[in-house]
Amino acid sequence: MKDTTGYLDMELLRFSTAGSVDDGKSTLIGRLLYDSKSIFEDQLQAVKDASKRLGGGEEVNLALLTDGLRAEREQGITIDVAYRYFATPKRKFIIADTPGHIEYTRNMVTGASTADVAIILIDARNGIIEQSKRHSYIASLLQIPNVVVAINKMDLVDFSEDVFNKIKAEYEEIAKVLKLKNVIFIPISARDGDNVVDASNKTPWYNGETLLHLLETLPVRKDETKLPARFPVQYVIRPHSDDFHDYRAYAGRISGGRFKVGDKVTILPSKTESIITAIDEGTKSLEVAFAPQSVSIRLADNVDISRGDIIVNESEQKPTVSANISLLVCWLNHRPLNEGGKYIIRHATEETRAIIKDVHFKVNINTLENILDDKTVKMNDIAHISIKTLKPLKYDSYSENRITGSLVIIDENTFETVGAGMIVHNLEDETFTI
Amino acid sequence: MSTYKLTHLKELESESIFIMREVAAQFEKPALLFSGGKDSIVMAYLAYKAFYPAAIPFPFVHIDTGHNFEETITYRDQLVKLLGAQLIIGSVEDSIAEGKAVEEKGFSASRNKLQTVTLLDTLDIHKFDAALGGARRDEEKARAKERFFSHRDEFGQWDPKNQRPELWNIFNGKKQVGEHFRVFPISNWTEMDVWQYILQENIPLPSLYYTHKREVFEREGIIYAALPEMPRRESEKIELKNVRCRTIGDITCTGLTLSSANSLEDIIGEIASSRITERGGRSDDKRSEAAMEDRKKAGYF
Ligand SMILES: Nc1nc2c(ncn2[C@@H]2O[C@H](COP(=O)(O)OP(=O)(O)O)[C@@H](O)[C@H]2O)c(=O)[nH]1
Repeated sequence: MKDTTGYLDMELLRFSTAGSVDDGKSTLIGRLLYDSKSIFEDQLQAVKDASKRLGGGEEVNLALLTDGLRAEREQGITIDVAYRYFATPKRKFIIADTPGHIEYTRNMVTGASTADVAIILIDARNGIIEQSKRHSYIASLLQIPNVVVAINKMDLVDFSEDVFNKIKAEYEEIAKVLKLKNVIFIPISARDGDNVVDASNKTPWYNGETLLHLLETLPVRKDETKLPARFPVQYVIRPHSDDFHDYRAYAGRISGGRFKVGDKVTILPSKTESIITAIDEGTKSLEVAFAPQSVSIRLADNVDISRGDIIVNESEQKPTVSANISLLVCWLNHRPLNEGGKYIIRHATEETRAIIKDVHFKVNINTLENILDDKTVKMNDIAHISIKTLKPLKYDSYSENRITGSLVIIDENTFETVGAGMIVHNLEDETFTI
Repeated sequence: MSTYKLTHLKELESESIFIMREVAAQFEKPALLFSGGKDSIVMAYLAYKAFYPAAIPFPFVHIDTGHNFEETITYRDQLVKLLGAQLIIGSVEDSIAEGKAVEEKGFSASRNKLQTVTLLDTLDIHKFDAALGGARRDEEKARAKERFFSHRDEFGQWDPKNQRPELWNIFNGKKQVGEHFRVFPISNWTEMDVWQYILQENIPLPSLYYTHKREVFEREGIIYAALPEMPRRESEKIELKNVRCRTIGDITCTGLTLSSANSLEDIIGEIASSRITERGGRSDDKRSEAAMEDRKKAGYF
């Protein structure tokens, strides 16, 4: 019998990968899955057969492991976000595998929205190219807490320390401009496995960690004791049964900080106050709960609360309550943004309507310059806009809270999700100076 | 106080419960598809937790192929009672009798494909606008890109090119008349996570998941139960073996694993060292590499 206790004690880490075509992204993911023994024999056999069929001979093409839908297979490209899973004894990993081409900015943004770490691949032979900057911009825009710059194909530059250092120095300049948080550089060869899972003996000049070890040890979450508590009400639980006659609880997922039984809370937008009498998680009651737990909260007073309201701690910094909102938006739909048009907005558990008041400027994500003369926001464009909502939203800035600071824009007619918005209080303070 | 820590199982559970509550809040008439497999058992328990102490605000729907292991049906009925859930059964045999579906013939005949007809019919009759399913992204390549909220057109079809982007934890379930959604709350779970969760939560399972002696036969490297529902060729000899199910579905497509595992710890140990995917034991996927994708487009998961 195997010891299973370790597994019950693991943490979850979500990371995204970005790179230009042929930088070795699929090979790297294949390598991580393969070396962590997350590949099963029947999958491996299918890949071996495919490698042979595609003329690769006996050598297993690791990139084929992460290959997606048939249409894409036929075109030989990845065009959507694909999620992959693997685990080591320390952590379970969720990879958001996103294509790197400019046409797929929206996919990269989607994949980055939940990531704790972004891995940006750079081909050691080519160094930093326009696309690397774009991938870094997205990591900055989506506020991914950690960025790993994996300088790949080191085998093709003789594992040269010089090449590595030059790329690193150049990237550090970009990281500074983009205000990237925690940036780490690793020289790797995805194909041969150097510094991916095992330390390479070909890079004696590199004292850092291997990629996998880094992924196993990077901090997963922020210190919730230091963040203001946020609880967007999702659903009201009222059993109407004899055993639970007067039971009424507000269900939701804590989206920041922590709540304790006895906490004085304020409910927004009504500004009603109450006290937490119980925090329930399934059939158990807890003394304290923190992000991102799904719980239900009971209050001392019989107050009128419904889906879309937010419960916060009375003594902490409150969210802003306003109908005029400034945001950076990534456009996701082939139909351009309609300035002056009306849309549906979904923010945390709230839904309302909004009008697009202004398009201030677009961002050229390759040069990182502002575009002021062309304000048509098309698919994959990033722009700074202002909206006015029908109901005021209760929000934080995206840099303070990725859940209460984000929203999506929905087309009123097709109901498609057409835009992803990151709320900003003050553009200069929060993002890099554009 | 130091940073709070959440285990990966707790985080996955929290995400799944969040999604179930979103479904209850966003849709008028959702349903939970219950197959009797371990994934849908976990789904049932998650639904119970998500709304406790209130009743689960949607019924369970079982699409019964008529080719079920007896244990599956007994377990289903007990579970529904235990969790206080409501059960609706869609019968593939009825669909065949009504001429809506045509039984496959031959030794590899399976009602798996016919299930789609009964499923879409049942959703239609009851006007369900969202069906919660226990599919996971790690199961199969075609599922790696599936959304949590998967949009289906009027014909129940899935268009891989027309899926809505999902960012952060915002899920858009808005739809036109006639359209509906499939929702997959345990998308981010792996087979291992499911087993670990069953262990952690002490969830009772049908005995089929543990080792038992059974009459079996082998076909194309897969071991099947020798039962009347499963026609055999002359050359396919019956043997008595110690087996268990890794995933349970219709008898005709449930492959069995040789195993001596009689506890969850044993099963987890076995899976940790196993080198074959659980779908490797399902004959419906073997028909072609793109089999799953085709069935998805037609309205199966
Ligand atoms: N020499 C060498 N080749 C590599 C390395 N990583 C990837 N490749 C090759 O680069 C090509 C493109 O890799 P692939 O993973 O498909 O790139 P993707 O487009 O970024 O997914 C393939 O022929 C790989 O074998 C590496 O570290 N060294």
